Parts: sequence; structure tokens; C-alpha cells
Amino acid sequence: MTQAILREIIAYANRANPYPLYEELRKTPVSQDGDGPYVVSTYYEIHSLLHDPRISSDAKNLKATGDDPLGSQSDEEGTTLPPSFLKLDPPDHDRLRRMTNRPFGPPHAPHRVHDMRDELGGLVTGLIDGIVETGQLDRIDLVDQFAYPFPVTVICRLLGVPREDEPRFHVWAETLAASLDPDPDADPTQHGKGSMDARMELGMYLAGLIEERRKKPGDDMLSQLATADGPDGAMTTMEALSTSALLLIAGHETTVNLITNGMLTLLRHPDVLQRLRDDPDLAVPIVEELLRYEPPVQLLPQRTTLSDVEVAGVTIPKGASVWLMLASGNRDPKRFEDPDRFDPDRKDIQHLGLGSGIHSCFGAPLARQEAQLALSELARRLENPRLLEDPPQYRQNAVLRGPRHLPIACDGIRP
Amino acid sequence: MRDGSLEHLKREGRIVVVGASLAGLRAAETMREKGFAGSLTMIGDEPYEPYDRPPLSKQVLLGNAVADHTALPRRRAIDADWRLGVPATGLDMAARRVRLGNGDEVEYDRLLIATGVRARPWPNAEEGALQGVFVLRTRDDGEGLQRALAAGPRRVLVIGAGFTGSEIASACRERGLDVTVAERGEAPLVGALGGVIGEVAAGMHRENGVDLRTGVMVTSLESDPSGRVRAAHLSDGSTVEAEVVVVSLGAQRNTEWLAGSGLGAGPRGIACDAGCRAFDVRGIVTDDIYVAGDVARSPHALFGYQFLSLEHWGNAVAQADTAAHNMLSESTDRRPHLWVPAFWSSQFGVNIKSVGVPPMGTEIMITQGSLAERRFAAVYGYQGRMIAAVTFDNCRWLPFYEQQIESTAPFPPPFSTVDRRSDGIKPLPADFPDPSVPTHGPTITLSGYSPADRKMTFTPGR
Amino acid sequence: MRLVVDLNRCQGYAQCAFLAPDVFAMHGDESLLYNPNADPEQREDVLRAVAACPVQAILLEITDEDMAKMAAPQAVAGAGSASGGAR
Repeated sequence: MTQAILREIIAYANRANPYPLYEELRKTPVSQDGDGPYVVSTYYEIHSLLHDPRISSDAKNLKATGDDPLGSQSDEEGTTLPPSFLKLDPPDHDRLRRMTNRPFGPPHAPHRVHDMRDELGGLVTGLIDGIVETGQLDRIDLVDQFAYPFPVTVICRLLGVPREDEPRFHVWAETLAASLDPDPDADPTQHGKGSMDARMELGMYLAGLIEERRKKPGDDMLSQLATADGPDGAMTTMEALSTSALLLIAGHETTVNLITNGMLTLLRHPDVLQRLRDDPDLAVPIVEELLRYEPPVQLLPQRTTLSDVEVAGVTIPKGASVWLMLASGNRDPKRFEDPDRFDPDRKDIQHLGLGSGIHSCFGAPLARQEAQLALSELARRLENPRLLEDPPQYRQNAVLRGPRHLPIACDGIRP
Repeated sequence: MRDGSLEHLKREGRIVVVGASLAGLRAAETMREKGFAGSLTMIGDEPYEPYDRPPLSKQVLLGNAVADHTALPRRRAIDADWRLGVPATGLDMAARRVRLGNGDEVEYDRLLIATGVRARPWPNAEEGALQGVFVLRTRDDGEGLQRALAAGPRRVLVIGAGFTGSEIASACRERGLDVTVAERGEAPLVGALGGVIGEVAAGMHRENGVDLRTGVMVTSLESDPSGRVRAAHLSDGSTVEAEVVVVSLGAQRNTEWLAGSGLGAGPRGIACDAGCRAFDVRGIVTDDIYVAGDVARSPHALFGYQFLSLEHWGNAVAQADTAAHNMLSESTDRRPHLWVPAFWSSQFGVNIKSVGVPPMGTEIMITQGSLAERRFAAVYGYQGRMIAAVTFDNCRWLPFYEQQIESTAPFPPPFSTVDRRSDGIKPLPADFPDPSVPTHGPTITLSGYSPADRKMTFTPGR
Repeated sequence: MRLVVDLNRCQGYAQCAFLAPDVFAMHGDESLLYNPNADPEQREDVLRAVAACPVQAILLEITDEDMAKMAAPQAVAGAGSASGGAR
């Protein structure tokens, strides 16, 4: 049992540029190393598995934990909060997702995300103005000063979580985001421990808020999740907690990376940055191409086969753990011409950046709007922006991959 | 043989497309995309440029869209000579000429026939002409019916509970109108999806307040002295008073204009090979006449090479593309039309989608979800293989089943799936009725192996 | 603006209904209804919807008439036609 492939995927040395490793992986579309998980790295195979009802997202279906690095994770949730819909199959997944969607999107709340545009625009303006106020244009950390606070503020407002509590949940969110990374070397009892504690504390924090909202509901999603009573009935308190924890974490951890990866990519492609400055509408195709080229969620390491499944000539046995390498599929030359080229004019871009099938990204329309506004405004306002470090320092996470800091400088900031 | 004739055709040939709807338009666009620079004539019997029909029984009836605002977007300019509002009335294969209703004749080097289908009219023409009696196929039909519904009739009667009839009933209920549906089969959609699914559809009708009458026929329509329909008489002796009657008995193929032309055209469509080339009446394939869309019947490799007629939007688009490609290709570059049948319907807020050929199925198995919740995926089996699948509000799984059907996967499926319930423990009889039983036409018609087959198996309820 | 959605391709991800809610609407959990003749004022929203469709099922044509109607006649990407490639 070496699990060399897994070590390579998780290895921090590959974080700044994992794509050569993915190219290697694609030579064997479905590979297994030792008795580790099956790693699927090519577009069509990943796409078809995302729509394959023989693949479960529920860790309970994993046959043997043993050496599987994910083994410890299934326990973790059982003892604190029930799994969120991210880690459930239908019908529970579908029911919880429908209920969560009710206050968020169509058919019941069709204008909610659309109508946030002005508010999002105001936040972007405020954050960039804040950079001006520091007076320090020779060293701006685009993560700490912009890409992190923006989506955090958005998800806090949407959910009704006080923004000033951010320092409290920040630590838990970081721990939970990192816990998505499988770690073959960790002591199974210790690996789960940190995230279990974080989940517990986050749950208790949210429980307090939900309790308040039940008494005095507002028009935020926490209130609506806590009090709604549609055709699917009401969520249990535990369901409301795990759902709101999921939204709070997923609502910003991924978008931070989308915006940061986006600005990094634009700074590496000054011609595209210039075009965006001239035509803010170009942000729309740019964000789609970014979701292909530098997706914030690189892989889905939590799927399990319910039957033997043959993929690309390999039979993945029932009960096996399957990793779907979304970011590798996005660079598959069998699907995308010249895949390593960042090309916002690309046609027929059906990327895997937001997943596909029933688990496709819940917050996708919000993430799109946030990234479009953020990138077009940064492009418009920053004068002669340039990278101070390339590559920048990345976060440890392999799954939710992105720079920890993105130091840039610019000559000025336009009003 | 590459003798330069193809290049000549592409440069200065004459292509005529009879039928200016979805298939005709998409074929024309593909021809131009492929560099056809000759003259292109588009002939259509309706006076409108190509428009989309599916919204007519949904958005338009709900009042969310206007019937004359459903013109199809263009993929590109096609620079055609449009002859709209003029039907084609005859074909002279030897002289390569299409005759038009206004006496004109148009010569062609290549002809594409995409004349589609029309609504099957009420069999009694006098009753069918009464005020308040509608069919729904064209833009004008949609506009007229929409206006009639907006006027707030006390009751609407829909005759035939196929997809269109069910969608009309759904729109009526959504508008708060009382509606009765009369269906000769045992359930709605039974001809297309079988009895197990038909029962689910019946539940949807009833739960949404439709007065659903199954196993009955409408025997006559009665008018008031002013010539307006006022009631319908049913075979069970009952009478339904209705101010609006929608006849939804399926479709008839527009092939009459080809009678006597020598082309293999009949009531079940125009036979063509897998490359969309039309057969003549002797079963010999023509070189210069192609067929696409609802009017075509063509053999399909996945379904035993039986001739299939598909009244499906996606088939029109795909077959038009293949026909256009083949019309402008050397014989070795031609492609077969291998589209896996697929359709959708939206009714009572439920999204119904299907792939494959359900009516070939003898058994059905609910592989995911539950019939009672109306959220499920089910597969149809035929001689030990998976032949079709249907989903109700579960369409994201459908690509998987399509792959299974394409790879002739076994039935019953030997694997477990997420969301398997007690419904899905074993296969059930799919319970398709004799095709002549339901009032509504099936949207897939299997018509045997002979290109010259002219039999009619479907007879409307009388 | 003329619109058609290939509803065989559509899988109800609802991105269009989120981003252009005055043109696209979900009917139930999965069915999409849309206005096939959207007002040119909706152009920005509709372009966002077309780009975001995960199955690229929306075919849009901005006609000359639309161009004339638009208050601020900005150049439209492509020759007036943003194709979603409905096939």
C-alpha cells in the first residue's frame, strides 16, 4: 500500500501548479494505487460518473475504511451534526436541497439572487475604496483585503449571520475546509478530531442564532430555514444546523478562491485583463473559462460505488472510494481544444467547475455574480496592477485550492 | 466517384426545402454552414417564418408568451427565397420539380421534405367546425385557443390525454378553469409510456382538479343555435357541457401532396434510409430527395432496424442536421441518423422526460425514487435489454440511462442505485395497450421493416 | 430577442432562471418555461443566462430590430447572434 498517487495529489509541492500531475494522471483515466481509492481524471468518465446512480455521496456506503484516508470522516459527522446534503443521496439529498432552495431561488424566490446585484456592487466598491484608504498601493493583499471579506460579507447577509462574528467562525470554517482534504498519513483518530470539534462548535454557534430567529424571524435564510413549512414539511433542528453550516462554509471558501484565482489568471494574461477593462461584460465568459481553467473545487474525494461499475475498461468494485478529479477533466484535451490555454472566447464550454448532476454547486448563480462583479471592478479600477509574487503562496488545501495571499501592487485606483 | 458534381452543386446548385418549420430551418442553416452557395428555396404552407411549437401548449396557453412571438432564433443567416403561405401540392420526380398551390413550379437539384404533421381533426367535419372547437398544432391554433381560455369558459373539454392534451388540461387548471379530459385508453399517456406510468399521470390530473374520464369516447359534439359548441356526448351515456372543446387526437403526416408522385410516402410518413434519403414506392432509395423531421420514418440500428417515426423536437433538429450534411456529401462521407429518441413534457408542474422507445418495452422497473411521490426514474425492458427510460422530476439521471440503452445494457438492470425503494424491487409489466386503443396518438410509431409499408394501425376514436 | 431552449438538453439547473428571472422561470422543481421573445432590455441578463447554462442549451438571436430598439446600441459580441449551439 503506497497510495503514491494520493500523496502526489495532496502534496503541497504540487499546489501552485497541479496541472502537470493531472496530465500524468489522465494517461490512466481510472487508476488505483495499492488499495487506495480509484482516481478518475478524464472528462467524459468524470461527467458520466456524476450522472451515474450507482455512485453514492453517502460515506455510509464505503465498504471498508481500513487504510482509506476517508475512513475517519464518516465517524466524524455521526457524532456531531448529521451530514449535510452534500454528503447525502436521494431522497434525503433532494428533499433537503429543495427545502434549502425555497428561500434562495426559483421557483419560490426567483428574484433573490438577481436582485442582490446592486448590494454586491456596493460591497465591491466599498472594499476597493478601503484599499485606497490604506494608502498602500505598493503592497495589497488581494485575499485579505478583498477576495475573502467580499464573499464572507455576502453569505453573512444572506444567511443572517452577524458579520462581526466572522473572527469566531473563521477558524472553524478554515478547519472544516481543510478537512475536506484526505490525509493518508494522519492518525485516523486525530484527523477527525479537529474537524469534529470545529463542526460541533460551529453547530452550537448556529444553534444559538437559529433559536433567536425562530423567536424573531427576519428575511434572512436562517430564519426561513428555521421556520419554513412547505410541502416537504419543516427541517429538523439538526437538519437546519447542518444545512446552514454547509451554506456558511461553502458560501465563501470556494468563492474566495474563484476570485483570487481569477485575478491571478488575469494578471498572468494582461491582454485579457485589458479587454475586461474595456468591456465589463467580458466578465461573464471570463468567469466560465475560469471555472474550467482554475476551478476552486479541484476534486470530489467522497463518492462510493453501490455496485461494480465499469469505467474506461476498469471495473471499480462495489463499496470502493472514488475520487473525481474535476480540475483534471477540465484540462482534458479529448474534450477541450488546447486545454491549457486560458481563452475566454472559447465556445461550447461545459466545464466541470461547478460539478454536474444532482450535486452540482448549490450557490453557483451567486458565485457567478460575485466573481463577475469582483473581476470587472478590479479590472476597471486598478491602474497598472501587477503581481509581486508568482506563484503566490497557496493554502494547504488540495480540494479547495487557492492562494493564501495574493500580493499585488498598482499605480493608482480609479474612482 | 468524385466527378466534380458535388462541387458544382455546392457552388451553384438549387436546393428546395419543403416545410418551413424547425427541421426545414435547421437543415437550411446547416447547408449554409457547410458552404452551400447555390440557391435555396424554403416552401411553407403557413404564412409565418419558422416558429417553435412546444411553447404553444405551455407558455402560450398560460398567457406567459404570445403565440406570434415564438419565431425560432436563427443560428445564422440562410439567404433563402421564402415561399410562405403556399403549400406544395405535387412532386414530379423525373423532372425534379415541386408544384405549389399557386400554380408555380420550383426546380431542384436536391430536395428536402420536412412537411411534418398536422393535428388530427375531429372526424365529423361539421362538428369540428363549430365555434369553440379547437385543435392545437399551429401558431394560429395556439392564438385562438389562448383567447378562448382567456375569455373564461365555464368548462373546457379536452379529447385525448396524450402529451398535448395533458399539457392543455394542466394549463387550464393553472388558469383556474374547470376542465374535463376524455380518454379512450385506461389512463393519460398510456400509449406513450404504458399503464404503470399512465396511472401516475392519472393521479396528477385528478389531484390537480381535472375531471378525468378514461375508457370513454366522445361520440358527438352538440352546438347551440348560433353554431357554438355547448356539449359533448360520451360513449358511457354521459354528457359534458363545455364552451371550449380541444381535440387532441394525435397527428397526421403531411404526405398527401406526394400521392401519385412515386415517392414512398403514405399515412405513416415518408420512408427513408438511415442517411435520410427517401425511398420510392418500389423500395429503391433516391439520390436527390431527402426527408427529415416528424414526416420521416427511418430505420434505427438500436431498435432492430425497425422504421421509426418520431414526433420529437430533438429528432427534427438532429435529423435535419444529418440530412443537410448528407445532401452535400459524397456517399462515403455520409452519416447515419442514429439519434436516440428523447422528449420532454411539462405538465402539472412536473417535468417528464424520456429516452429510447418506451412502447417497445414489455416490462418496466422503477430504479430510483417512488411513483407515489411522482419523482422517479424507470427503465423499460424488451427481450432482456434496456430499451427506454422515463423520469419524473429526476432528469439529471437520464444521461446515464441513455448510455445504458445505447450500449444495449441488460434488463432488469443488475445493479443497485441510490434511492432504490420498494417500488423498484422487481420489474412490472409495462402495460402498453393495443396501439389502436388510446385516443391520443403515440409520439413514437414503430412501423415494421418495409420501406413500402403503407398500413395504418392507428384509428381515431369514434 | 429570439430564444429557444433545447429542453432535451436542459437538466433543470435553473441558472437561467436565477440570472434572468424575468425571462426564464422554473415551473415546479425541474421544468423550465421561458419567454421566447424576450425584450431587448433583458439583454444583459439573458447573455448571463446563456453563458451560465451548464448544458449550453439556450440559443439566442439578437435581431436587427432588437439592435435598433436598444437605447444604448453597444456592439454585441459576434454578429448579433450569441449561439448556445442547440443541437
